[in-house]
Amino acid sequence: MTIPAAWYLIVSALLFGIGALGVLVRRNALVIFMCIELMLNAANLALVTFSRVLHDVGGQATVFFVLVVAAAEVTVGLGIVVAIFRSRNSAIVDDVSEMHG
Amino acid sequence: MVAAAPWMLAFALGGFVVLVTAGRRLGEPLAGWVGTAAITGAFVCAVVTWLGLLGQSDRTVTITLFDWLPLAGSEVKVALLVDPLSTTMCLFVTGVSALIHLYSIGYMHGERDFTKFFVYLNLFVFSMLLLVLADNLLITFIGWEGVGVCSYWLVSYYFDKDSAASAGKKAFIYNRVGDVGFLVAMFFLFTHLHTLTYLGIAKGAPTLSSTDVTLVVLLLLFAATGKSAQIPLFNWLPDAMEGPTPVSALIHAATMVTAGVYLLCRMNQVLDLSTTGRATIATIGAATAFVAATIATSQHDIKKVLAFSTVSQIGFMVLAVGSGAYAAAIFLMVAHAFYKGLLFLGAGSVIHGLDGEQELSRMGGLRTLMVWTYATFLVGWLTIAGVPPFSAFFAKGDVLKGAWSYSKPLWAIGVVAALMTAYYMTRLFVLAFTGDPRFLAAAGGRPALHPPHESPWVMRLPLVVLAACAALAGLLGSPLDRYLAPVFTNSPAVPLSSSVSTTLGIVDGVVAVLGLGLAWMLWRGRVERPELTPRFLERVWYWDDLYDAVLGRPSTALARTSAEVLDPVVIDGAVVGTAVAVRRGARELRRLQNGQVRSYALTIAVGLALLVAYLLARTF
Repeated sequence: MTIPAAWYLIVSALLFGIGALGVLVRRNALVIFMCIELMLNAANLALVTFSRVLHDVGGQATVFFVLVVAAAEVTVGLGIVVAIFRSRNSAIVDDVSEMHG
Repeated sequence: MVAAAPWMLAFALGGFVVLVTAGRRLGEPLAGWVGTAAITGAFVCAVVTWLGLLGQSDRTVTITLFDWLPLAGSEVKVALLVDPLSTTMCLFVTGVSALIHLYSIGYMHGERDFTKFFVYLNLFVFSMLLLVLADNLLITFIGWEGVGVCSYWLVSYYFDKDSAASAGKKAFIYNRVGDVGFLVAMFFLFTHLHTLTYLGIAKGAPTLSSTDVTLVVLLLLFAATGKSAQIPLFNWLPDAMEGPTPVSALIHAATMVTAGVYLLCRMNQVLDLSTTGRATIATIGAATAFVAATIATSQHDIKKVLAFSTVSQIGFMVLAVGSGAYAAAIFLMVAHAFYKGLLFLGAGSVIHGLDGEQELSRMGGLRTLMVWTYATFLVGWLTIAGVPPFSAFFAKGDVLKGAWSYSKPLWAIGVVAALMTAYYMTRLFVLAFTGDPRFLAAAGGRPALHPPHESPWVMRLPLVVLAACAALAGLLGSPLDRYLAPVFTNSPAVPLSSSVSTTLGIVDGVVAVLGLGLAWMLWRGRVERPELTPRFLERVWYWDDLYDAVLGRPSTALARTSAEVLDPVVIDGAVVGTAVAVRRGARELRRLQNGQVRSYALTIAVGLALLVAYLLARTF
């Protein structure tokens, strides 16, 4: 028995929703980071699913790009978070609002 | 040797170039001598050209210098038209100019901008020669503007004096108003005849409809009223007396102001085609001669009297043009150049001797102190008054004969103006030269003056030469008439019978003596006669006040409205309003940029949701 494609999509949507909610409501920069990863992976899951349904390998290829971009993003992002933590001993994003107008 | 004609221009231009480049190094008085030499050279060339023209039967020679503007179907060439009219003009223009240059060396002695004066003066002579020698309207126009701008520079020569600066502007603006007439006439002729050369226009003019011809003539007349100071644009000339006196003599009496009359004479074949146009010209001339003469009787400044006298005399010339007596107009122009140049230079000598005093009420008794000036001024006075053996008697007589055969009422106005001419000039002479010296006592807040010294020989020589010319120019009458005949071919003047001619001559002589005697009786031993100098005439018929009321004050009011309402409210409102709106908008918008990462994320999420909702709504 095969699992219908819709199920995968539902899981993907749930993961994306959880990730998005986490980004909006959590204040710790590291947790927000993890939530973003969650959203990216939800998108990856959807891509793979459609790739299977449509018999098009392009979706899976795109996933590799997303993985690479995510890895690069984590490198840069974590570097920034560490730098902020060093300077103010906190990783709460609401405290970092120097760029307001 | 007609080929000498371009050398006239070359001499004047050469003098200008030398003075403008090396003038300051030459300094005083060498720069003055260079300027004088250049113009004397031009005079010699003019004589050579004239003799050359006399020696050949074809009296119309066109000398093409180079092609200038290729225009639709025809091209404008820089070419000179050497014919009796232009050579006559060149002779007296260069001759009088040379004398006045010489005089200026003495008069301008010690002035701050001695060299600059001669720079302008040489450029003026060049422009004037270009004006009279041009073979087409466009080149004439260049000269026309050239003399205008030199006049502007020289009127406001003492530019640190407020009155001189504004007089210069007034002269320039009045001339520009007249120039509109010139330009429109030129455009009109070119669109209809496809040529701008005088010979081409003369040939093509009969093909124009009568309304078109009248229009062109009236436009040219308007141009002439500006340059030649006729009604309605005459007010600038008296103000132009702010310039140094040699300038008044050269530009504002002898040469430039006659350019309008020259233009009308040059276009005589066109003028002859329009009866309405000629009637208007004659009327304007007679009216100006009369009005300016009345004003001259009541002026208190020696140069102002002479200025209005100039306006009046040019009125006579314009009257002659309107009457079709073109040769008489040119005759009077030549004679006028001599005697008015002489009178102005004499007045300049007086002013020079009296440390710049120009009020007639502060002169008197100069007869024994300035003998040369007195003697030459005496000749000038008798000449302009029209006393028989002197030139103006014949010249003005010819004009009035022309007017008689054209229209009796205009002749009568001319005779009255001639009577007043004799009157006001006698008044000037009596006040300035006879009676007791009045400059020795302080008056009107001004200190007493030293008795004047006679002017140096560079100033006396031109006076003597001009006095001789003014006295003897009457002999030119009939030779000039014959010489100019090829230019004024279809002159419609009707010849008078000899008895009428003699009677008119006697009338002129009687009128001159009458005016002279009247003024002598009224002003001998008197200084002020308020009843004879009414305010209406002192204030120039309130002419300036009229222009002020009709044009000046409404324009000022408009300008003030613009400055006080239009500019701060409308223009600044728009400009400042934009700035304020941007600033206020920015102040509100910057609140969105709060620096909270999570609120940005929320905004993105909400925007995305709305976008998706919109797309879904559109799909279903």
